Formats: sequence, C-alpha cells, structure tokens
Amino acid sequence: MTTLAPTTPPKATSHEAAARQRRSGRTRGTYPNWFYLPAAVIYGTLFLVPTFASFYFSLTRWTIFKSTFIGLDNFTEFFQEPALVKGFVNTFLYAVVTSGLKVVLGLLLGILLTSQIRARGYLRSVVFFPVLVSTVGVGITFTAFMDPSYGVINKALAAVGIDGPGWLTDPSLALFSVALVDVWKGVGLATVIYIAGIVSIPQDYYEAAKIDGAGPWQLFRNVVLPLSWPATSTVIILSLIGGLRSFDLIWAMTRGGPGFSSDVVASVIYKQYQAGFYGLSTAGNVVLFLVVTAIVVPLARFLARKEVQR
Amino acid sequence: MKNPARTWLGALSVVVSVVVFVVPFAFIVLTAVKDPQQAAQLDFSWPRRFQPVDNLVQVVEARDYILVIAFINSVILTVVSVAAMVVLGAMVAFVLQRRVTRWTGLINFLVLSGLIIPPAVVPTIWVLQKAGLFGGLPGLILVEIAFGLSFSILLFRAFIATIPRELDEAAVIDGASPLRLFFRVIFPMLRSVIVTVIVVQSVAVFNDFTNPLYFLPGEQNATVQLTLFNFQSQYNTSYNLLFMDILLITVPPLIMFLFFNRQIVAGMTAGAVKG
Repeated sequence: MTTLAPTTPPKATSHEAAARQRRSGRTRGTYPNWFYLPAAVIYGTLFLVPTFASFYFSLTRWTIFKSTFIGLDNFTEFFQEPALVKGFVNTFLYAVVTSGLKVVLGLLLGILLTSQIRARGYLRSVVFFPVLVSTVGVGITFTAFMDPSYGVINKALAAVGIDGPGWLTDPSLALFSVALVDVWKGVGLATVIYIAGIVSIPQDYYEAAKIDGAGPWQLFRNVVLPLSWPATSTVIILSLIGGLRSFDLIWAMTRGGPGFSSDVVASVIYKQYQAGFYGLSTAGNVVLFLVVTAIVVPLARFLARKEVQR
Repeated sequence: MKNPARTWLGALSVVVSVVVFVVPFAFIVLTAVKDPQQAAQLDFSWPRRFQPVDNLVQVVEARDYILVIAFINSVILTVVSVAAMVVLGAMVAFVLQRRVTRWTGLINFLVLSGLIIPPAVVPTIWVLQKAGLFGGLPGLILVEIAFGLSFSILLFRAFIATIPRELDEAAVIDGASPLRLFFRVIFPMLRSVIVTVIVVQSVAVFNDFTNPLYFLPGEQNATVQLTLFNFQSQYNTSYNLLFMDILLITVPPLIMFLFFNRQIVAGMTAGAVKG
C-alpha cells in the first residue's frame, strides 16, 4: 500500500537555479552525481530492466531458462480465452466501482469529520485505522462475515427478515463484494485526503457565501466541491492505480472464484505464473501496464488542467 | 447547525462507525480467544471460554515455530529495506532538487513511473535468478527498496525544496565535503519527513503480501503475511488460531498508529493540498 503524490514538484526555482549554477562552478562538486548511483543500480536492475524485458518476454513461450519467440500469440490467447477476457473486464469494473465509491464516501466523510461534530477525533481514527491493517487479514475476516449461512452479515439480515445473498459464492456478486471490502479498507485514506483539502479552504469563501445567503447545499455545491478539487483528483488517481493493480484482497477472499467470476488481470498473472506459463503471465503484465498508463496518465493530465481553471 | 442536531448527528455517526468499523475488529479479538468449536461457528458472540494464552501458545508453536521465524523475517525485511529507502531516497532527492541539468526531466519521469507502472513479475524473478538472489531475503529486500524508492524520493524532494540553498553554500565555504554536507547538515534537518517516510513505508512493507508471495517462495522462510495465507488453508477448522494470527499481525501497525498517527496522515496526504 504505497501511496503517491501525483503532483509535479515546485518548478518555480528551476530558472533561478540554472542561473546560479552558471555563476558558481562548484555545483557539480557540491551535488555529486554518484549520489544517484546506489538508488539507480537497485531501481534500474529490479524495476526498469524487468519492465523493458517484459515487452520482449511477453512475445515468447518462456520457461525461465529458455524462451522461444512466438510473436503475438500470448496476446491473442489473452483476448480469446473467455476466462482471461473476464479478468480483463473485471479489472475495469473493480477499479471504477472502488474509486467511485471512495470519492463519494470520502467526500461525505471528509465534510462530516471537518464539521463541529461530537467525537470527531474518535471518528477520524476509527475510519482511518483499517488503511494500516494487513489486507490479507481484512480479507479473511470479511470472508467469514460474508459466509452465506454462518456469516455475521447474513445473520443480521435474517434478523430483520431479509434473505441475504451468497456474497462470495454468487458469481455475479463476488467481485462487487470484494470491491465493497476494498472500499471499507481504503475509504479512510480518501477521507483524510479530503479532510486535508477541505481544511485548506480559506474561511473567507464560506463567510462571503453566507453573506450572499447561501444555504448548506449551495455552500457544498459552490464552495466545498470546487475548492476541494485537488483532493478529488488525488483520490481518483490513487484509487484507480490501486484498483487496477489490486491483487491481495481478491486473492485472499475468492482466489478469482467462483470459477473465473472475480478474476482480474493481476490474479490472472499469478495463476499463469503458478501454472508455469511465464510468457503468458508476462503478457498479462504488459496488458496491465498498457491499461494503467492509458487510463491514468491522460486522466492525471485532464484533472490537473481542470485544477488550474477552477 | 443547532446544538441538539449536532449531538444527534454525532450520536448517529458513532453508532454507525461502531457497527461498520469496530465490529470487525471486535470479531477478530473475540474469535482469537475462543475455543475451536465455538470459533468454527464464525458468529459474533461472547466467548464461552476465554483461552487467549492457549491459543497464543498454539499458534506460535505451530509448524515448528514458523510464526516466530516469520516475525524475525518480517522485521529484518522492514528495517533494512526502509532504512535503505530513507538514505538512498534522500540522497537522490537532494541532488535532484539542488542541481538542475538536462537529465532532471528524465529522472523525474523515471521516479513518477515507479509509482504508476505495475512491476513486471516474472522478468523480475528472472533478473533475481541471474543474480543468484531469487528465493532469499536479500533479494526480497532489494525488490522492496526498488518499488518503494519513488515515493520516498518525492516526499524528500518536496521537503528539501524548503531548505535554503544558502545553508549548503555556507557549509561548503567552511570546507565541508559533499558527503559531510549531506549527512551532517542536510540529513539531520530532514528529521520530520524521515519519520513520515519510515512510518508510512514500514507499514507498507510489513503488510506487503504480493511481493513475498512471488519473491520468497517456500514455506521455510515466510513473512508474517504469508503465514496468514498458509494458516488459512491449513487451519480450515481452527479459526481461533487463524484469528489469533491476524490479531498478532495487527499489533505492529496499531502501535505505529498510536504513536505516529499525525505523521502517517501527513505522509499519505502529501501533495493532496495545493492552496
């Protein structure tokens, strides 16, 4: 669960810095290149090299020791085998559902937890804590909760006369059940991001809006929503990246089942790896790479542009 | 908002939060101290018999103390990889922020890629195998460092930008070498952001499941997250032990949370706020 700050660094000083650099010939000595070296070696060999190598190996039939070039066969297989296509579609569904819910719930919780509510400190802690808990542990706990006959959820529903569904055993529902648990675990992060965003809105805006006679809804619509836009774009980007790559929760709860109904690209990659189809597994990696960059990079640009215009 | 309304909203939120967020943790704790028969029912009930010590001893002794070995592995993995992320990340961030060359753009791009691109699994195994590091803790440590560096570099760079350059110049005039300047002058000033990086990354590495699953195969040298997974298939009937394991694994993040709540939130929301 590594998060990121998808914002560009402060660039304002770069011209000034360049000018200063020309002035003093000492910069190179003071900030030596070899400071990059240890990090570059590790990052280069274990991240960049595998990433580039994946493009080649995805075109091969591959046992770790020997690879045979077979062109685009792996990709053809990826998009013809129904089980694999299912995983591809599910990846989008899962990412969209989780990040949509995280935005909506995170924003609502963010507003609630920045208002003058009682027990605010307790509420903030309790909403955030699941972010720090082991994903596999959460997965196991909720698998027990969602058991169709023994599970706590269905027992509670039965107590009010509702016949609960088989959350993880119904093929049409399994993926969404896992997505809900993902939201449960991740909404705390979205909430604290929104809290930080809302707190940073200057009080003047609220006062000006109130003087103009704005009610709570107008305040939300015209002040909070537009001015917390940076938070919204961070939450969207973060949870899309996380959702598209998601593996551990799905694996802990359903292992892609029942059947292939809750498989995603990341779990397909693992299954093909386990089965020894390294080329196919790597093709899955390349597909995931293309999906993530094709969605996240343009979206980040678009969101950043809207931010400037606000 | 009027006062009674505020109280009602507060009360409602507390009730909902207890049902949604506290019940799952209470369930973990209660199941962890039950006897096997009652735990197997998986219901949310008060234990008939409390046997926390029994269960603890059993889960620790299981399979030749695999959990102890796993905890040692996880601690080594977390400490070494996070230490490297801090030192190496800060060094990169320092030069990257201070010296602008025509490579700066490319390096920034590579750092950002590390956050976005999903790592290619089997090719990484291939590289590790060529280097003779596959399947051991050192290999996994290097992998965690590689995947975690980007985030550390971004946090450090943003903070270093707020340290005035004049400080570097003064140190250089006093005859400090680059190493001395960095480790004696700059590094100590980064303390608050170092705490943030340590806390956020150690929770991430400690909770990591996917990378140990791929890069540390074999049941002998598991990490704690993998024991959970192994117990899940092995202890289909002993839910009390499975949940005791979950409980034990939740303790380190809980301690981090109690002591460093503010730094964690600060680190995770970095960059979200711009005005």
